[in-house]
Amino acid sequence: MAGYLLIASRDAFESRAVPDYFALAADLAAEGAAVTVFLVENGVLGARRSAAGKALEALTGSGVEVLADDFSLRERGIAIDALAGGVAPASIDIVLDHLAAGRKALWH
Amino acid sequence: MADKKTLTFALMDAPYENARTTTALRLIDAAVRRGYNVNVFAYEGAVAVASPTQKPHPNTVHGRDVAEENHPNPKDWVAAVIAEAERRGAKVDWVQCGLCVDERGVTELLPGTRRGTPGDFWTFAEQSDNTLVIPTR
Repeated sequence: MAGYLLIASRDAFESRAVPDYFALAADLAAEGAAVTVFLVENGVLGARRSAAGKALEALTGSGVEVLADDFSLRERGIAIDALAGGVAPASIDIVLDHLAAGRKALWH
Repeated sequence: MADKKTLTFALMDAPYENARTTTALRLIDAAVRRGYNVNVFAYEGAVAVASPTQKPHPNTVHGRDVAEENHPNPKDWVAAVIAEAERRGAKVDWVQCGLCVDERGVTELLPGTRRGTPGDFWTFAEQSDNTLVIPTR
C-alpha cells in the first residue's frame, strides 16, 4: 500500500473536521500504510499538550507519525518542550521528501 | 523517472489573505533549492500571487515611507524562486489560469510565468513525480 502524507493546516480548536482527518490517518495506518501527519500553520496549535494534543498522542499510538512544522511553531511561540507526546518538530523539507518519494499527499 | 524530481503545486488562494500562500511559496522555494523542477498552476484567486502590478506602499499611520515600510509583494517572491531555479539548472513553469486572470483583470504576466488552462494542470500532474493541491478553505 502506498504511503500517505496528510498535511493538517487547521486549528483543532476551531475546526470540527480535524478529528475526522486524524481518524482518516489512523484508518490508513490500520490498513498497513505508512502515514505521516504534518501539522502546519494553525494546525500546530493543537500540537501542544492539551485536549487536542491528547488526540495526537493517541494518533501516534496508532502508528501514525506526527510532525509539526518548526517554522509554524516559532511563529506561534510554541516551544518544542510544550509539544504533546509523540509529536516531533520537523522542517518543511520533510514534505518534499515524501512528495519526492511518491507518497499520496492531502492538504486539509 | 529521471533523477531530477518534478513536483506540481496547485494554488488557489489570493495573496495577503492567509498563511497558505506563504506555506506554498516556502514549499516551492525549498523544492527549487533542491534543484527540483517545479510546476505551479495558479487557479482562482492565486493568479494574483504573481501579478506584476503589485506595488509596495508606505504606512502613513506609523509615518513610514515605502522603503521604511518594506512591504512585501509576493510577485517578488515568485520572481525570486524562478531566478533561483535558473541558477540551479532547474525550471519553474508557473501557469496562470486564463479564465481566472480574465475574471479578475490581472492579465499582465510576470516574466517567467505564462497563461494557460486547467488542461495544463492535467499535463503537469501526468508528467510530475507528485502533485500537491493546496485548496481554499
